[in-house]
Amino acid sequence: MKILVCINNVPDTTTKIKFVNNTAFDSNGVQWIINPWDELALTRAIEIKEAQPSEIENITVINVGLAEAEATIRKALAIGADNGIRINYDAKDSFAVAYQLAEYIKKENYDIILCGIESSDYNGANVGGMLSEILEFPSVSSISHLDIKEGKLILKREIDGGQETLSTQLPFVGIVQKGITKEPKIPSMRGIMTARTKQLLVIEAASCESLTDFIEFELPKPKAACKKIDPENVRELVQLLHNEAKVI
Amino acid sequence: MDFKFTEEQEMIQQAAKDFAERELLADVIERDDNAIFPKEHIKKLAELGFLGMMTDPKYDGGGMDTVSYVLAMEEISKIDASVSVVMSVCNSLVNWGLETYGNEAQKEKYLKPLARGEKIGAFLLSEPEAGSDATSQRTTAEDKGDYYLLNGTKNWITNANSASTYLVIAQTYPEKKHKGINAFIVEKDSPGITLGPHENKMGMRSSDTHSVMFNDVKVSKENRIGEDGFGFTFAMKTLDGGRIGIASQALGIASGAFERALKYSRERKAFGTEIFNHQSVAFKLSDMAVKIENARNLCLKAAWLKDQHLPYGTASAMAKQYCADVAMEITTEAVQIHGGYGYVKEYHVERLMREAKLTQIYEGTSEVQKIIISRSLLK
Repeated sequence: MKILVCINNVPDTTTKIKFVNNTAFDSNGVQWIINPWDELALTRAIEIKEAQPSEIENITVINVGLAEAEATIRKALAIGADNGIRINYDAKDSFAVAYQLAEYIKKENYDIILCGIESSDYNGANVGGMLSEILEFPSVSSISHLDIKEGKLILKREIDGGQETLSTQLPFVGIVQKGITKEPKIPSMRGIMTARTKQLLVIEAASCESLTDFIEFELPKPKAACKKIDPENVRELVQLLHNEAKVI
Repeated sequence: MDFKFTEEQEMIQQAAKDFAERELLADVIERDDNAIFPKEHIKKLAELGFLGMMTDPKYDGGGMDTVSYVLAMEEISKIDASVSVVMSVCNSLVNWGLETYGNEAQKEKYLKPLARGEKIGAFLLSEPEAGSDATSQRTTAEDKGDYYLLNGTKNWITNANSASTYLVIAQTYPEKKHKGINAFIVEKDSPGITLGPHENKMGMRSSDTHSVMFNDVKVSKENRIGEDGFGFTFAMKTLDGGRIGIASQALGIASGAFERALKYSRERKAFGTEIFNHQSVAFKLSDMAVKIENARNLCLKAAWLKDQHLPYGTASAMAKQYCADVAMEITTEAVQIHGGYGYVKEYHVERLMREAKLTQIYEGTSEVQKIIISRSLLK
């Protein structure tokens, strides 16, 4: 089986978000990382390959982005992906990402395509679903368990009050949730060293109409100071909720 | 001049940081309290290749440069110096010593499993009466024709119990003084080796430190490193590089304490504002930041010289002395900034302060570094 893991290049989750004139994200001094959900998907793919090397022929990581994403792709190679692909395109929305990925995937023959359930930059949670629709591949969302037994995929996801076990035909798009693996894999020294010998292919983007324009960015308002009210004084709490917070 | 790290160096730094935060932080206080050796932690560190990160891939190492090693040592030491000391001894003393001066058969047999992290090494130089004065070795290695017979006691040996491979410095020709000293590869389970009790130390309590006694221990001739009488040079050359490891450990202890003090100063309020807004605290942090920057630059300079195959003995002595002394100062100030909370274990800084003290003492005291530095001024 061939696995393709879609990875997004996102600002480190501790980044202090700033904007240039409120019209563009200020990437100055930002540390970029693999989107945490995508990293979990990649880790699980590698775990399966390590446990069952005969089942997995190859793990490829793919990113839609500009050259600065290559450090993140190389980290994915250091973690254990076999090769990397960057589609050279500055996507402004989820559709553009899904479209570019689909155009590439159509020409190839991957069996399993994995995406994180969302991305920690815009948290759109769209790419996986859109990708499967464009490709007309089956998809399973919120997967929290992925394994291969006797050549068959076993998928599980959390549902109200329990867990659902599914199987699917291939190729399929797996949209991965936390729980798919314990923790993202830390690259080993050997992995970091061999990353430089692995292929990172840059391909030109398909022509694609941009559907989105950024008009303005705005930071959320700072949180107001917390008021503490004596538990005995319910009347004051109700009054504040009514008069000040205006929620009741 | 280029102060930018390569992508690989940054990746290694991040990997070490992730490992330390994920694997070491949770139980570091408990291990320190109870002096428990971090066996499982070291196993994981070894699996990632950190114990042989600088060894040539030809001998199953990671093939990384010394700059990467400094970055990794700093990150691990921010959280747990008892773990980073294992990394330092393995990388810059045992593996480096064997790779640089061992013969091919020795490298095949001993270096490879060490570089893969399957085995741990220890470096046995200090003696009850030969610490800073390494020339007065009392441990003897009597030449018996086919083998050497080792007798004597080594003190303060890091990894003494957990190591499988010892590099032992001993005197073969006492009349020749330091020119009669040899270095040997000795397997820890050789008959005649016994260990003293685990040392009950002030800091780095979970590091595995013992004295090691040799009583008629037979060591094959093929386990001698280098020519007859090469042992003192071997020890000194190896310690030149070892100092970079301990310097970056001290740097990590200092920067770990600084980061905690900075965070605390922005959370803790006194007189109606975060204590960072009080100049007395802000200036302390400013001084700490400058010293850490200096310390880091000294470490990286020494590492860079080593990577360029340029002389680095004086630079590594400067780095070791400065980083260790600064670690002591900064951890003390970090405790002060934390006030009473700094004096209890939960906030980590008191442990870092205890750890810092050792960096001024082992692998050459700060005073010994000053001997090395001052002698170099006359050259």
